Amino acid sequence: MKKLLFALLCAPLLALAAGAELHLDKAPDRSRDFPALQNGAKIFINYCLNCHSASYFRYNRLADIGLTEQQIKDNLLFASDKVGETMTIAMRRADAKQWFGAAPPDLTVIARARASEFGSGADWLYTYLRGFYRDDARPTGWNNTVFANVGMPHVLWELQGEQEMGAGHKLELVKPGKLKPEEYDAMVGDLVGFLNHVGEPMATFRKELGVVVLIFLAVLFVFSYALKREYWKDIH
Amino acid sequence: MAAAKVEKYKSDGTAVGGLLEWVDARFPLMSLWNDHLAKYYAPKNFNFWYFFGSLALMVLVIQIVTGVFLVMHYKPDASLNTSGVPVAFASVEYIMRDVPWGWLIRYLHSTGASAFFIVVYLHMFRGMLYGSYRKPRELVWIFGVLIFLCLMAEAFMGYLLPWGQMSYWGAQVIVNLFTAIPFIGPELGVWIRGDFVISDATLNRFFSFHVIAVPLVLVGLVAAHIMALHEVGSNNPDGVEIKKKKGGDGIPLDGIPFHPYYTVKDIVGVVVFLMVFSIIVFFAPEGGGYFLEFNNFFPADPMVTPPHIAPVWYFTPYYSILRANTVNFFWLDAKLWGVIFMGLGVMIFFFLPWLDRSPVKSIRYRGPLYKGALAIFVVCFFILGYLGMLAPTPGRTLVSQICTIIYFAFFLLMPIYTSLDKCKAEPERVTG
Amino acid sequence: MSCDDKVDCGRRRLLVATAAAGGVAGVAVAVPFVSTFAPSERAKSAGAPVEVDVGRLAPGEMMTVEWRGKPVWIIRRTKEMLDGLAKITDQVADPKSDRPMQPEYAKNEHRSIKPEYLVAIGICTHLGCSPSEKFKTGPESGIDANWPGGFLCPCHGSTFDLAGRVYKSKPAPDNLEIPPHYYLSDAKILIGEDKRGA
Repeated sequence: MKKLLFALLCAPLLALAAGAELHLDKAPDRSRDFPALQNGAKIFINYCLNCHSASYFRYNRLADIGLTEQQIKDNLLFASDKVGETMTIAMRRADAKQWFGAAPPDLTVIARARASEFGSGADWLYTYLRGFYRDDARPTGWNNTVFANVGMPHVLWELQGEQEMGAGHKLELVKPGKLKPEEYDAMVGDLVGFLNHVGEPMATFRKELGVVVLIFLAVLFVFSYALKREYWKDIH
Repeated sequence: MAAAKVEKYKSDGTAVGGLLEWVDARFPLMSLWNDHLAKYYAPKNFNFWYFFGSLALMVLVIQIVTGVFLVMHYKPDASLNTSGVPVAFASVEYIMRDVPWGWLIRYLHSTGASAFFIVVYLHMFRGMLYGSYRKPRELVWIFGVLIFLCLMAEAFMGYLLPWGQMSYWGAQVIVNLFTAIPFIGPELGVWIRGDFVISDATLNRFFSFHVIAVPLVLVGLVAAHIMALHEVGSNNPDGVEIKKKKGGDGIPLDGIPFHPYYTVKDIVGVVVFLMVFSIIVFFAPEGGGYFLEFNNFFPADPMVTPPHIAPVWYFTPYYSILRANTVNFFWLDAKLWGVIFMGLGVMIFFFLPWLDRSPVKSIRYRGPLYKGALAIFVVCFFILGYLGMLAPTPGRTLVSQICTIIYFAFFLLMPIYTSLDKCKAEPERVTG
Repeated sequence: MSCDDKVDCGRRRLLVATAAAGGVAGVAVAVPFVSTFAPSERAKSAGAPVEVDVGRLAPGEMMTVEWRGKPVWIIRRTKEMLDGLAKITDQVADPKSDRPMQPEYAKNEHRSIKPEYLVAIGICTHLGCSPSEKFKTGPESGIDANWPGGFLCPCHGSTFDLAGRVYKSKPAPDNLEIPPHYYLSDAKILIGEDKRGA
């Protein structure tokens, strides 16, 4: 009787429909590749930092990915004059909203915000930056496969070239850009790797510390369990 | 029987001994030590399920200590800074990046919140397994359910503080529930929020409650909970009252002093708990999106409603019950019925001591009816919890309605099936 | 207390070992919490050294910049101003700058790296008010007929000369503090840091 009830309970579960599916490409893992992350930093600062701030990330934090203060000052410090400052932008939000329809969001934690059951935030960003296609119905002339009707134009179009939405919902490169598709993908991989790092700069340290903590707790477990057994010898 | 005369501590000649004697003459130090630790006789057969009380206390301490340090840097301000980001949200990222070790304190606090509910749900389940809420421990249980209610309020208000999209919209939805109350509803909503929508006013009052008002109440309730327990003595997995069989010295035959036996055992429990806790804090602090929700990394935007609003995982069973109510009954809206049933779903726990009519306490000696009922209840609770995380569809709503009925049936039919159940005889002494 | 008759040695050793391990854990846990008190990256950034361009400063003029929330004065002293310093050596409380209110490279008669420029923190060493400039000399200054130029603190009347030295018998006990600084070039001073390798 209970079994029948249980089966009846479970049956409707099989009818559960899934939500709107997103197919995301897997972003390459650049977390230990300092040259790639530095390249990503360069691309971010040159292409993205005009409109998007990263207002919780300080320039001097780039030292974590192997840059010296002098390198940062010489090559990457445009919007600010102090290396200890955060990556803020000059554009005012009210203006941005007027010009683009929506103010470009701050990107410091975008890689954490865009995670979902379909993939990590890095996967989303990787797919997004490679998923722009021509669409004359849009004011910018561009649309995107993962962010429908996005207000952002395809800032990297010169590098990727132009894609169009072809038959069968597949993107086709109709005008080549300055980079070959593999080169463009690798570059976006670097940029996304950098954004992923910016999302949580202490991630690598956190994991390393975790190993130390667990080893220490294991030792503590051995001692405390031995102590417990010692005392509980008396109890029957 | 009159209480034995309390003997005051006499120094053993050492400096520390002298100090203890001085204090004990002026403060019930030794009697507290004895009554609650060295001479508090607990049953010797505590098992795995008995770790969760001390673990709950441990998590409370973790939350308070990490909370104290977070408040030094957090700013409860919904206004936008020069980068267009709400100050409260930015202050959390300030803690994560600019405050030395701030990221660790933050992860300890966010993981601790979820850990608190895992531990408390398991702790409550122990009560249901072994009849820990039965006479004479009804008041222990009542204080416990009050703690559970305060914990829900504390977690709900704490979740608004990071001021992300889920923080904002979750609070919006839940406070809107209060507007479903007839006549006073809409006014009540404005009064709770301090504004017409969730705003800076709401953030600041939730901050005050979360940081001091509710924690004070929680600490008081925890003290009352333990005092009520110690007044009557602990239950055990056999549901047998150990005080019924005492030795010549008045000590229960199956009792052992809490200190050193359970202090030393609980230390092991704490270490194991910290290992699991550390795995999450250091390797998966987001908890797969359940402990730190992805959408909460977007700052709160009153103009943009997220496509899918769900409460944090520990509220989802009750959220399911809320949403399961889709019919307008009598003169009340389905929305109000949802609020009523959700509230009843928590409140009904208070009545457990009086709903359970079984002659035995522990599941070990109960019959198949209770065992089956409890198993089905647990399965339903999990299903409700799972469904509460998903967007509603007709199929899912039907399942949650069935599970809601089963949830309430578990309690409301309990006087009947616990009376009818074929129980085994309880042993005289504990069996381990 | 001897082992084995009244005290269980094995148990005691285990107890001590576990307590020691637990103690280490306790200290390790305390470190992050105590560290959160230290200045954050934001505070350190706000307190970072300040670059000042003194190229436009005319002789006899003063400019003020902010460093760590405090006013820092840069005065381009004229020859008369510098010559006047030797004349009032007996009127100031600490003419040789013996008390530790300046880095080693400013422990001289003009209390600076280059005699021409004085770099000093504009906070009275009495109770923290900011003195006013009194560069006019003689009776016009409103202080006294022999006033050679300097600073007067309005709060309790302390006076300082053009090298920031405090006059005798005034409430302020010390000369004005000279912050760490060095010259990036002839006209650029970095305030807040000593020259590395100096």
